[in-house]
Amino acid sequence: MSLSLWVSGWAVAGSLSPGIFLAWLLARKTFPGKVILDGLIHLPLVLPPVVTGYILLVLLGRKGYLGAWLYEALGVSFAFSWKGAAVASAVIAFPLLVRAVRLSIEGVDQGLEAAARTLGAGSVRVFFTITLPLSIPGILTGMILAFARSLSEFGATITFVSNIPGETRTLPLALYTLTQVPGGEEGAFRICVISIVLAMIALISSEALSRRMAFRIRG
Amino acid sequence: MLDVTVKKLQGTFLVDASFRTRGTGVTALHGRSGAGKTSVINMVAGLVRPDTGRIVVNGRTYFDSKNGIDIPPEKRRFGYIFQDGRLFSHLSVQSNLTYGMKLVPSSERFVAFDQVVEMLGIKHLLHRRPARLSGGEKQRVAIGRALLTSPHLMLMDEPLASLDGERKSEVLPFIARLPKEFSVPILYVSHSVEEILNLADNLVIMDSGRTIAMGEAQDLFDRFDLRSFAERCEMRAVVSVGT
Repeated sequence: MSLSLWVSGWAVAGSLSPGIFLAWLLARKTFPGKVILDGLIHLPLVLPPVVTGYILLVLLGRKGYLGAWLYEALGVSFAFSWKGAAVASAVIAFPLLVRAVRLSIEGVDQGLEAAARTLGAGSVRVFFTITLPLSIPGILTGMILAFARSLSEFGATITFVSNIPGETRTLPLALYTLTQVPGGEEGAFRICVISIVLAMIALISSEALSRRMAFRIRG
Repeated sequence: MLDVTVKKLQGTFLVDASFRTRGTGVTALHGRSGAGKTSVINMVAGLVRPDTGRIVVNGRTYFDSKNGIDIPPEKRRFGYIFQDGRLFSHLSVQSNLTYGMKLVPSSERFVAFDQVVEMLGIKHLLHRRPARLSGGEKQRVAIGRALLTSPHLMLMDEPLASLDGERKSEVLPFIARLPKEFSVPILYVSHSVEEILNLADNLVIMDSGRTIAMGEAQDLFDRFDLRSFAERCEMRAVVSVGT
């Protein structure tokens, strides 16, 4: 269970800044290829996770196109380690994060951003002092959704980094393993309960948090 | 000297405005709704880019399409008061007031925080959130926020339009005092003759995207018989909305 939380935590932490940046890009800018970028971000939502996992294996595996280079240049390898599991979870959960943040940024009144600019704030400062704080409820929702989705990640993880005890065997993978062996029902049942409890905590805290933040922001 | 010449095609509506007035006191930009006043003030603020033109205020050039000059809004230091206040809801009144002030080097500040808070009578509001202010209080905080950037020019776009009569009289006197007390010129957009009679030193009249008259407010009032002009305009506006 702690491995699961660890992997999901890193998945969300790692995807947060690129997620916010892309969400801002999609919400506020028009540029050629926007539709394609939007599509690419949402792809993991509609693709079978096994396909996503396989693509990751081809790209980031130790002999993969990017993976080989990363290993040689930086000594970093994602294959068959918890880091790979975090990457797989992050990619799968990414669309949920971006969607929530994007909606939230679109909800920020552009008139306020214009007002901030006339007060002397450049666009970077406007982003960090106006746009970002006003979209915090959406960012929190996105983070919790992405975290919950990461916890439940199975297909991409098992394809990309396999099912290694103590390294990549997250809750869903452990559950799957237990269902494959005779007498595993009791353990499987326990994992079921843990998963449900975690999911409920995530959903309820997301709701409570975003309500509180929205209240604080509106004043 | 306020020297503004701007041209911009917005969809099928052409704004083609040009005026030159004294760079002190209140210059009112008047005309019925849809005459292009807000477009012009947004171009002066730098929020909308003119297709061609020139914007020069008291010797500083802020935009000149011929010479490729286009100072971004955050560098113009024009304090802009919007019709809807636009206070930052996630910040306290105090943080709203100092938001722009902190970005101005202290050597260039000529407006003091205590003086502004005192004059606008908003001291008791400093720790509140904007959501807990009345309309008139919001607009006074917005004026303070813009004024505290020590602006070269204040822009006001129908700052009283969202307030009822009593709230209007709660804000109007403060606006009238600004040019003298802080020697900041004001460009004031309004369709209300009453406000202009109270405030304006200079007057520019716009119609259908064009400037049709400019000069000293008192002269223009006499020359154009502005009261009836405005009434006709409002009649026309009512008729065109009705059809």
